[in-house]
Amino acid sequence: MIVRIIIGFLAVFAAPFIGGILSGLDRMIGARMQRRQGPPLLQPFYDFYKLTKKRANIMNGLQIFLVIGHLMFVALSIWIVYTGEDLLLAVFSLTLAEMLFCLVAFSASAPYSNMSAQRELLQMACAEPMLLLMAIGFYMANGSFKVMDILHASEPAILKTPGMFAGFLVILVIELRKSPFDVSTSHHAHQEMVKGITTDIAGSVMAYVEVAEWCELFLMATFTGMFFICSNPFSFLAAAAAAGLVLFLMTLVDNTFPRVRWERMLWMSWGATFIFAGVNLLVLTLTR
Amino acid sequence: MKMNKSPWVLHYDGSSCNGCDIEVLASLTPRYDLERFGIINTGDPKHADVFLITGGINFQNRMVVQQLYSQMPDPKVVVAVGICACDGGIFKDCYNILGGVDKVIPVDVYVPGCAARPESIIDGVVKALDLLEKKKERMKQGLPPEEKGWAIANIKDGKALAAQEARIAAQLAAEDAAKAAKYKALEEEWKNEQ
Repeated sequence: MIVRIIIGFLAVFAAPFIGGILSGLDRMIGARMQRRQGPPLLQPFYDFYKLTKKRANIMNGLQIFLVIGHLMFVALSIWIVYTGEDLLLAVFSLTLAEMLFCLVAFSASAPYSNMSAQRELLQMACAEPMLLLMAIGFYMANGSFKVMDILHASEPAILKTPGMFAGFLVILVIELRKSPFDVSTSHHAHQEMVKGITTDIAGSVMAYVEVAEWCELFLMATFTGMFFICSNPFSFLAAAAAAGLVLFLMTLVDNTFPRVRWERMLWMSWGATFIFAGVNLLVLTLTR
Repeated sequence: MKMNKSPWVLHYDGSSCNGCDIEVLASLTPRYDLERFGIINTGDPKHADVFLITGGINFQNRMVVQQLYSQMPDPKVVVAVGICACDGGIFKDCYNILGGVDKVIPVDVYVPGCAARPESIIDGVVKALDLLEKKKERMKQGLPPEEKGWAIANIKDGKALAAQEARIAAQLAAEDAAKAAKYKALEEEWKNEQ
């Protein structure tokens, strides 16, 4: 048990570094897709360093508290997954983190901040059902919500839950704020909300948001890998490869598709959830 | 590690003819690729380190420019791009133009040209980054980031500001008077009809 807790803490500390490098890779490969040289691999860390050196213009006392809360709950989510605990709890913790992030934007009086917070809530409405269904899919495949049991399963969960995986890929675009569904905030300058939900987060407070984003990237890569993991030690390689491939796919999608309106995002994400995950769930229930 | 590896740029178009703006955007395209220096064109003053401003300052955008500048967290640098932003350029003698950007906020780097070429814009931004580092050092020592106590009221012993304010007040008064005369004429016309 104590080893598992230590592994959990190690994962929490490693998450920002791995997530930061993944984010740097995303920016570099994205630039190469546009036939540019692009920023260096460690660019996210340079950004982070710069942000920590900026003066923080804090809107209100609540803002910094909520931003740190957001980071803490994303970290808790990672800790829960890597100690091999309940997957459902990790999903709930992630939801709470997102919720706090919305409150950050609502706490400022700026209209752009408030509007993008509403959009963020909408994005949560699109993504959360699928995340919960993903946890349920793992339960149906292995008979347990525990990550430890997924790790000790005789075969990877993807064999029983391909539909869940397909649905998860669709909402992964929302979770990583990639292009067709970057309704609330975006990494690129094509957003009419300017910087979306982070509009009123200035200077060094923004550094916490960046770290939380890297942690979230790491967590999403972990969720992707969990579909491929089983008791076979080689499945770890398969999981890492799958996570890498999926993140590459996300970069490709980001650079290929234009943004959609929120109605279409709702329609597409819920459609994908009900068709892929719903059918998968039905089949799993009937063949159980 | 240095702070100047990740400058985020806020681009504001004062009253330019869009020539310089097109060049600023051109320097973000794959041909010039500003992002290889870590430069991002962010639309948010609260995330920005470099204030890239094109076009001269007029009565309407004076407040906007000052507000954008005040919203940027320290340390920050201002780059005036194009001759209009440097000193008013071809519009210098227009009735509504106050002059270059340095009339309302402190400018660190002047990039001349009409329009400024992408190469010179990139060069100007890269020059500004060294100043960013210097300002950070000053902040570390507990000093204000700007070297001189820059304030619009200090230019030419406050006469410049007073002249500006007088011009604005006179223009507003003239506008009000014109409006009042127009309404009075309308009112009389209405009375006559009755």
